[in-house]
Amino acid sequence: MHDPVSALNGQSFDGFANIREIGPLGMITLRCNLDEKPLAATLKKLNFSIPEQRKIMRKNERSAGWMSPDELLLILPYTEVAATLAGLAAGLAKTHHLAADVSDARAVFRIEGEKADQVLAKLCPVDLPKLALGELRRTRAAQVPAAFWADEGGYTLVSFRSVAGYVMGLLRHSAMQGSEI
Amino acid sequence: MSTRLATGGRLIDRSTRAEFTFNGKRMIGHEGDTLASALLANDQMLVGRSFKYHRPRGIIAAGPEEPNALVNLGRSDRMEPNQRATTTELFAGLEAASQNHWPSLEFDIGVVNNYIARFLPAGFYYKTFMQPRAAWKHVFEPIIRHSAGLGSAPKEPDADRYEYVYAFCDVLIIGGGIAGLQAALTQGQAGKRVLLIEQTAHWGGRAPVDGDTVENEHAGEWVTSAIDALKTMKNVTLRNRCMGAGVYDHGYVLANERVADHTPGDGRPKQRVWRIRAGHIITATGAIERPLSFAGNDIPGVMLAASLRDYVVNFAISPGDRTVVVTNNDDAYLTAIALVEAGLSVPAILDARPQADGDLPNRARALGIRVEQGRGIASVKGGKRVTGVQVCLQAGEGAVMEEIACDAVAMSGGWSPVVHLWSHCGGKLTWSDHLSAFVPDPDRPPRNHDGSAMVSCVGAAAGTYRVEDIVTAAVATDVIQSNDAENTPAIPPIWVMPQGAPIGLRARMWLDYQNDVKVSDVQLAAREGYESVEHTKRYTTLGMATDQGKLSNINGLAVLSQALGAEIPQVGTTTFRPPYTPVTIGALAGESRGEIFQPLRRTPMHEWHDKSGAYWEPVGLWRRPYCYPRNGESHAQAVEREVLNTREKLGLLDASTLGKIIVKGPDAGRFLDMLYTNMMSNLAVGKCRYGLVCNEQGFLSDDGVVARIDEDTWLCHTTSGGADRIHGWMEDWLQCEWWDWKVYTANVTEQYAQIAVVGPNARKLLEKIGGMDVSKEALPFMQWADGTLGGFSVRAYRISFSGELSYEIAVPASQGAAFWEMLHREGAAFGAMPYGTEGLHVLRAEKGFIMIGDESDGTVTPLDLGLAWAVSKKKTDFLGKRGMERSHLADPERWQLVGLETLDGSVIPDGSYAVAAGQNENGQRNTEGRVTSTYYSPTLKKGIAMGLVQNGPDRMGEVVEMNKVDGSTVQARIVDPVFFDKAGEKQNA
Amino acid sequence: MLILTCPYCGVEADETELSPGYEAHLKRFGPGATPEEFESYMFARKNPKGVHFERWRHAYGCGKWFLAARDTNTLEVFGTYPAQSPEPPADLIAKIKEKRPDWEGHK
Repeated sequence: MHDPVSALNGQSFDGFANIREIGPLGMITLRCNLDEKPLAATLKKLNFSIPEQRKIMRKNERSAGWMSPDELLLILPYTEVAATLAGLAAGLAKTHHLAADVSDARAVFRIEGEKADQVLAKLCPVDLPKLALGELRRTRAAQVPAAFWADEGGYTLVSFRSVAGYVMGLLRHSAMQGSEI
Repeated sequence: MSTRLATGGRLIDRSTRAEFTFNGKRMIGHEGDTLASALLANDQMLVGRSFKYHRPRGIIAAGPEEPNALVNLGRSDRMEPNQRATTTELFAGLEAASQNHWPSLEFDIGVVNNYIARFLPAGFYYKTFMQPRAAWKHVFEPIIRHSAGLGSAPKEPDADRYEYVYAFCDVLIIGGGIAGLQAALTQGQAGKRVLLIEQTAHWGGRAPVDGDTVENEHAGEWVTSAIDALKTMKNVTLRNRCMGAGVYDHGYVLANERVADHTPGDGRPKQRVWRIRAGHIITATGAIERPLSFAGNDIPGVMLAASLRDYVVNFAISPGDRTVVVTNNDDAYLTAIALVEAGLSVPAILDARPQADGDLPNRARALGIRVEQGRGIASVKGGKRVTGVQVCLQAGEGAVMEEIACDAVAMSGGWSPVVHLWSHCGGKLTWSDHLSAFVPDPDRPPRNHDGSAMVSCVGAAAGTYRVEDIVTAAVATDVIQSNDAENTPAIPPIWVMPQGAPIGLRARMWLDYQNDVKVSDVQLAAREGYESVEHTKRYTTLGMATDQGKLSNINGLAVLSQALGAEIPQVGTTTFRPPYTPVTIGALAGESRGEIFQPLRRTPMHEWHDKSGAYWEPVGLWRRPYCYPRNGESHAQAVEREVLNTREKLGLLDASTLGKIIVKGPDAGRFLDMLYTNMMSNLAVGKCRYGLVCNEQGFLSDDGVVARIDEDTWLCHTTSGGADRIHGWMEDWLQCEWWDWKVYTANVTEQYAQIAVVGPNARKLLEKIGGMDVSKEALPFMQWADGTLGGFSVRAYRISFSGELSYEIAVPASQGAAFWEMLHREGAAFGAMPYGTEGLHVLRAEKGFIMIGDESDGTVTPLDLGLAWAVSKKKTDFLGKRGMERSHLADPERWQLVGLETLDGSVIPDGSYAVAAGQNENGQRNTEGRVTSTYYSPTLKKGIAMGLVQNGPDRMGEVVEMNKVDGSTVQARIVDPVFFDKAGEKQNA
Repeated sequence: MLILTCPYCGVEADETELSPGYEAHLKRFGPGATPEEFESYMFARKNPKGVHFERWRHAYGCGKWFLAARDTNTLEVFGTYPAQSPEPPADLIAKIKEKRPDWEGHK
């Protein structure tokens, strides 16, 4: 195993909000009927809990986000992905599901600062003041799909890896000094 | 001459000096000035030339309706043509230049058009440039093109940046006058989330200028306290310099904020487009004063009465010592009063009405101003500046009764409510005879997503002109549209002055100042049979200039209806379309410029390619290396080297862009049997199979290799451009048709970097880096295996798109660059070189492998491409099966895939057709086939091509004529499309 | 620029977050179908001025396809419902009939 390299190798930008590419972060896409009993049990064993519609539930280093009625995004330390996938395979052996490592398919950004919301307001057609606590919002950032949620002092935004440079460009443009709304 | 008065000016700060230039001449203004007011303060009434006749034109208005004062602002990378001087805030260092003249504003050669005006009537172009046809290209069009266009386009990239912001509110109020402010107070107090936008830099609209009293307070003070109150409300957002540009479906509104137009280069974005989603929209957009149609109404110095008043009150401008006021309503008397109060002279008020005895006329009389009733202007005297007016009876034919010397004329033909935003999304209008104007019909509003009224109008925008009525209406919390037109003093229709004006006068009455459309032009159009207002508009160009007829439309419409002998409502209006005033392209593009013009998808090895001199090719949004030129090679030379090296030694290809979709579940096999034309359910675990995807019409849509991972898991490769599309296609069928099938999909395209290791030395390299058995026995052609190579976890597929011994190796994307670099390092000894997409194309074409998008174009079936072996005959159903059974698709005469080889060894041009004898019914040469892929084959040292030829597979050996760009043809023999290693010995090695 | 509420995730989605899928409730005809049946499936579309049932995918959101009943003239949205519906829900039909008494009905 070689050291994983995130898409932008941790680029950052300080404007009226601070932008940072973070990661690599472990991510698993899990498709399953969320009402299946073995699912809850398996996730519990792996220290995840099933989030409600559009929510992301965090426990220490592990989060589970609601992506669609039959899809969760599990976020965890990068090195624990393989073991977690094995745990899912064991716990859901008799349950119709699909679990796949997508850690390397994504880029993750932090947008921090008092006016971090303004950066997103320029890119996403989302009513940010109405974003619920712990809500995971899937939408678009300008021309690409993205998902974000609010947490300590800012937002975490996830995009596809191939467009990480584009997304960084968007965030940089939107956070430039003097662009406060 | 126009000058700055010694005192007054509610918007200017006399303690400041802002130096600017106009046509290179240095001038001084104050902070708070608009460019227009500053020009007037410097006696620059003449600001431009009209479009068609190059007549001298002056400032006529004080707001966004201005048709004449369009200037070029700034220079080089901050140059902007067609900016309205009346809405441009003055700043120190501003550079403005007038447009549409040559050689100078004062002396313009194009004015010759003015003297031949009677030979340039409405529809001149339609009538004149019909015949002879041949003259179009060489005579008419160049002349017309030379004289077309207003202003000149900037040539340098814009130095500024722009952005969007998405905003949401319960109630959006557009317009920050008394009506808008009161509506904001009401809605804000009711707890609604309110966004109030105003296009100018100032709140309060007209009321403070006109000295109105609002709720027993002077309007100016009322506005200040309203703004203070609104600022304390957390649920209310205020934005000035923000123009409501367009209203669209479901409460979507675009607004354009001029953030830094007046402070260029201060680091802020120049403009910001607001993309607003509002629960309800209240337009408080006011009304626009209409000109009167009298001869010479375009001579510099003739201005709209209320605009002239704006200049006096807001900017302390004297438009000249003597101003004649001409009107059909009471409001213009305010202008006369303001002028006299400022110490200027008003020789007469010419009121077209037989009687004028309201409060304002009486106040004017009390000030000693001469008021003449039933009078109008027969003609304005002057060239580049008004020198006087000839007075006539409004009811007559223009006999001159008196001449009055003056420097300016203030005209008012009544007011048109600004109904644009109401109308953009379907709000209907009714004609008010009382106001002589179209007003919004509250019973026929534009509709919201829930069926409710989406827009309400308040204030003058609704035809409510009296302040007390405006406030009462805007106080209503349920946003009832005000409809108090009847309280407003009537405005009689005066469309032509004098009423019986002869043609000599009518041909000098301007309706559309910017496009030079006169009363006589519209009347001519009516005589020539144009009855529809939409047709007349296009024939005469009335209202088609950059001001979109803000001043001209109603007057033109009225003249047309009179000429047709019809009522105005029967003739109807033209359609109001966004934007309300022009929005610069940069603002509309927002952040999409330069590096982030569009998303550019990069593979994990992108940087390596870039450093290695890759010449890039866009593939969808991906960038892929086309080739890697070395030591001054041409692209063709690089491709040749890469192809030969891959055939002879070892080529490495970044294939990460290929789509990779996991399909899993108890019904996954059954599902893939529906999705692919061939069988996938019976693919053994560990094996790979090439598959075709068709749409329901039976046309080829995508292809790729499918690998069976385990009992209920398959991995489907798609084309680079097809990953999202095919994933969406799968989900569509799983969600909408076979929702009871137990299948999940996941698009894992970007999780992996995939590298093709290709060529006779491929196995040697993998064996050298070691970790898994890649021998022919352990990993034969069309199988895959998991393992490690050089310490990387990999999945290796023995698949080949080149006909060579080939492995495609997937590693996690985060390790792709490291793995790729290792392959090059370790592969150097085996002659490893990267190859690009063009090399890939040549290699596959030499083998007769099809490429989606080259051999297929949405009208080609697998059978056309000789892929019958990949279309199952056993399966009772798959997507596209019924479509393929249609008679036309089963026709043996269809164009089908063959190889083509020129007899002289040359390369057939891309896009070439096989020409056949005779012509079709359209007189075009008959064809019997076309090229789909054509390359120089470095391996075979000659041109090779694939193509679709009528009944081609049955015509092997025949020679067809392929056309060339120069009109000649080249002979090509129909051959087997597999040019190289027909037995497949190399790939199976 | 429509807004449609995705029945799966509850988001009031902007049109730019959706991709269109045209007419809903088409019956698929496969092998063995007559030319007329295949034509009805492949090509014949209602395109009414008024009540229309259509497919939308919450492409930039949860990825699910859903169906919407919408007036193509006024753009009023009567409701959205899951794609796994052989025909429009009865309560939605009733709501449309109440709002559009002249509507000829779904089939």
